[in-house]
Amino acid sequence: MESHSEQEKEKQFNERIDRGDIIEPKDWMPERYRKQLIRIMGQHAHSEIVGMLPEGNWITRAPSLRRKAVLLAKVQDEAGHGLYIYSGTETLGVSRDQMNQELLSGKAKYSSIFNYPTLSWADMGAIGWLVDGAAIVNQTALAKCSYGPYARAMIRICKEENFHHKQGYEILATLMTGTPEQKAMAQDAVDRFWWPSLMMFGPSDKDSPNTAELMRWKVKKYTNDDLRQRFIDRTVPQAENIGLKLPDDKLKWNPDTMHYEHGEINWDEFYNVIKGNGICNHQRLKARNDAHDKGAWVREAANAYAGKHAEKTMAA
Amino acid sequence: MIKNEWPLWEVFTQKRSGAPFEHAGSVHAPDKEMALQNARDVYSRRNEASCLWVVLSEYITSSSPEDAEAFFEPSNDKIYRHPNFYKTPGATFE
Repeated sequence: MESHSEQEKEKQFNERIDRGDIIEPKDWMPERYRKQLIRIMGQHAHSEIVGMLPEGNWITRAPSLRRKAVLLAKVQDEAGHGLYIYSGTETLGVSRDQMNQELLSGKAKYSSIFNYPTLSWADMGAIGWLVDGAAIVNQTALAKCSYGPYARAMIRICKEENFHHKQGYEILATLMTGTPEQKAMAQDAVDRFWWPSLMMFGPSDKDSPNTAELMRWKVKKYTNDDLRQRFIDRTVPQAENIGLKLPDDKLKWNPDTMHYEHGEINWDEFYNVIKGNGICNHQRLKARNDAHDKGAWVREAANAYAGKHAEKTMAA
Repeated sequence: MIKNEWPLWEVFTQKRSGAPFEHAGSVHAPDKEMALQNARDVYSRRNEASCLWVVLSEYITSSSPEDAEAFFEPSNDKIYRHPNFYKTPGATFE
């Protein structure tokens, strides 16, 4: 009997999805839908949090007060983005503590792009332009996803991400009008970040086991390859505009498909970084743990203050 | 281990005086003052709000989506609550 009614509920759920209904936290949903969302939203939130580290690395060394203020604001935004998505994920019945634990213990996954080092100031430009540019393409699609709290967080994030994208491009555009050394610095950053940015969209459709299910539930609206293509198509002209060369000899416009063709992505590298063998995996996790441990006294003090205050209110 | 997860607060923002308060999201905080400060830092970094409400999530009661049909049914057959129910021959109402 029970399995029958579960089946009936799932059928009704699928009909709601087909109608374009948005699913809210208290609505009935298949366990698998809940699990997939917790996985995706958790990874997304962790990526925002870890994403602060490569850029935080350059705040004290920004070349001007303007750039420093901008970078600081951008990193604060990433913290905010992490928090929007964490609170969205909590509506699915997972606690903030649990998600924190999973990140700190190294169990949780986050975007592989943040395991690459930021070696020069130009990397701040490449991250804003390429990494945030790729994130915008992804997140614009997710803003129409079937789970309400996730979609709403994405709408908020997309608005803010446009500033990140443009400030990154501005950094590179400025360097490209500079000395030969500055131009070389910009080109070097793009050489290092181009391919990892393409990997941000995830494995090619034929190797992406979750895509079919996620598209059926309208969590994803487009495949990884579609989104990657969209990113490439809009980024190539921006590179040409400021004289940057993207490090792919096979990159060329195809007038028939109206898309750029590109070379083969090194998926071995992608899987290797995901497995924890990227250049900065250990460093990122350690930095996150250190920040958490060193902040313990602040949390304790806030708790003590809140406790004392509550006692006083009770007594009064 | 992390212990004593701070309570969860729901955040409502008012864009400008006179506008309705809208749900923005939630934050964790140990008390209401910090809940307000966290809410400001998370949900109004670009003047999205001119006033904020925070309320402990546990104090919010929601109607149940599964019972929505029965719960909201009483207003279904009361079309006389709408102005277009009425015939007003010849007169103009703006």
